[in-house]
Amino acid sequence: MPEAYDPQEIRRQAITPAGSGGPMDLAMDEAETLEKTPGGPEGTGPTGKPRSLWSDAWHQLRRSPIFIVSGLLILFLVIIAIWPQLIASRDPLFCQLSKSQQGMQPGHPFGFDTQGCDVYTRTVYGARASITVGVCATLGAALLGSLLGGFAGFFGGVWDAVLSRIADVFFGIPVVLGGLVFLSVVTSSTVWPVVGFIVLLGWPQIARIARGSVITAKQNDYVQAARALGAGSGRMLLRHVAPNAVAPVIVVATIALGTYISLEATLSFLGVGLRPPTVSWGIDISNAAPQIRNAPHMLLYPAGALSITVLAFIMLGDAVRDALDPKLR
Amino acid sequence: MGRYVIRRLLQMIPVFIGSTFLIFFMVYALGDPVAALFGDKAPDPATAARIRQELHLDEPLWKQYFLYMGQIFQGDFGTAFNGQKVTELMASAYPVTLRLTLVAIVIELIVGIGLGVASGLKRGRVVDNSVLLMTLLVISIPTFVSGYVLQFLLGVKWGIIRPSVSSEAPFSELILPGVVLALVSLAYVTRLTRTSIAENVRADYVRTAIAKGLPRRRVISRHLLRNSLIPVVTFIGADIGFLMGGAIVTEKIFNIHGVGYQIYQGILRNNAPTVVGFVTILVIVFLVANLLVDLLYAVLDPRIRYA
Repeated sequence: MPEAYDPQEIRRQAITPAGSGGPMDLAMDEAETLEKTPGGPEGTGPTGKPRSLWSDAWHQLRRSPIFIVSGLLILFLVIIAIWPQLIASRDPLFCQLSKSQQGMQPGHPFGFDTQGCDVYTRTVYGARASITVGVCATLGAALLGSLLGGFAGFFGGVWDAVLSRIADVFFGIPVVLGGLVFLSVVTSSTVWPVVGFIVLLGWPQIARIARGSVITAKQNDYVQAARALGAGSGRMLLRHVAPNAVAPVIVVATIALGTYISLEATLSFLGVGLRPPTVSWGIDISNAAPQIRNAPHMLLYPAGALSITVLAFIMLGDAVRDALDPKLR
Repeated sequence: MGRYVIRRLLQMIPVFIGSTFLIFFMVYALGDPVAALFGDKAPDPATAARIRQELHLDEPLWKQYFLYMGQIFQGDFGTAFNGQKVTELMASAYPVTLRLTLVAIVIELIVGIGLGVASGLKRGRVVDNSVLLMTLLVISIPTFVSGYVLQFLLGVKWGIIRPSVSSEAPFSELILPGVVLALVSLAYVTRLTRTSIAENVRADYVRTAIAKGLPRRRVISRHLLRNSLIPVVTFIGADIGFLMGGAIVTEKIFNIHGVGYQIYQGILRNNAPTVVGFVTILVIVFLVANLLVDLLYAVLDPRIRYA
């Protein structure tokens, strides 16, 4: 162990951004092991033919029950997010005050909310907002984070110092409080301000992982060999470093997706996330919460749907991590 | 060590300025604070202009920021919407949130490490699998859902506790809110301890300790646990800042008048000094907690030396 040792660095690698994020920093035990195994040790298939990390991971995923269950669940959620009318024929905005807070009835399995809207229909339609926010925010944060983090890790020096400090600035802002301050200015009722905010505070987490794994991948012999053979920075980065550094980013991003959905609901609950007429689980839960004594069904169905969705993405992330981390086998 | 601390403190300065400036900028985008002072009435233009000048609102934003920071470092955080000094609000709100955070951290330590050790030692068995499943469930249920459901069940339906917390917020009333606040971090602590224990249980020094004939209890508590807790302790240290910031949801559910409540009021009333002041202190707490965690790392693991 070297004399001079930056503990900040160790901690970042040991427990990824255990900081401001709360629901965002789910990945601490996951990334730790991944970062130490930059390349994919070639698995050997039954035929004795060496397989790449990816086909090896796929081979393992197909046999993992957690992956199959969460994958099917996510497929179902994505389908109803795109075509909610497949399983819910009513209009989520059609409400009859006369049915306010009534319980289960034929044709209305989840009962009615305070406004007399059908809880089943609203729960089905709520998937769209959550999935859209989760997927868009994850794509945005993963792209921005891996670009900036990879850049900082690959070029090092001043770039690294400056980008790391910028990431620290966004880390220093408590997520939920930051959301209250930033989003209370917004009046738009679309999902984009929420997506933008989550990307803004979410990219540093991905950037740290990407930076760490690019630094590890950069030190490999084959990268040094490529440099010795005269490869330019662009070719080295794209052909040699990136493919070997991308696995941890994928794992962290998958798990982050679940936590972003949870964060969106929390922000909507506080009144600064999505706004009506967007149908969102967070808004419905927030409206149902004061009435929990009279009509607990109004809270339990959207809350259950939300929790199952978050659970599905986190389980998927767990399965992908196990498959991409050969050390655990 | 001394040089390392100084370097870290210097690195903190740009981060502190960046974070607080971002918050300052966004709060000032919230709306016109002078108009908010007058409520529904239209302010007299001359009075409005005088107030603007007194509060330096006619200066460019960066200058306002530095004037404000200058005041903060002299201990003047300005006045809240009801005429109270922001420092007075802080003196009443921060102790409440600190107590809540303390309850949450103690629960995390006891339950999280306990469950983590139990499942890490029995990796792959029933105990381990059920603990893992429980942590997954806890992580996927958002705090505001678990908060309302627990409050309803324990406070209203079964009447075991008082459903809302009084304004003094003594420790005895903060137990359930503390549990709710701790839940998600608790699951992380459990998983982290489990991974760490499961990795170290096969280490040479554990085998040596068993071979020496030490009792199992002593091997676990003195040899295994001490080495496995390093990542856990650092996580909990960094978690302090997150819990204090994230307490806003818990405080809303249980009607606790802590930091989150005051910031929420500040935003509703367009009162910039309250919001910026409270968040500035939170950012400082967060940065200092992170520094302490890094220093603690060297205490726990003597192999680490600071340059």
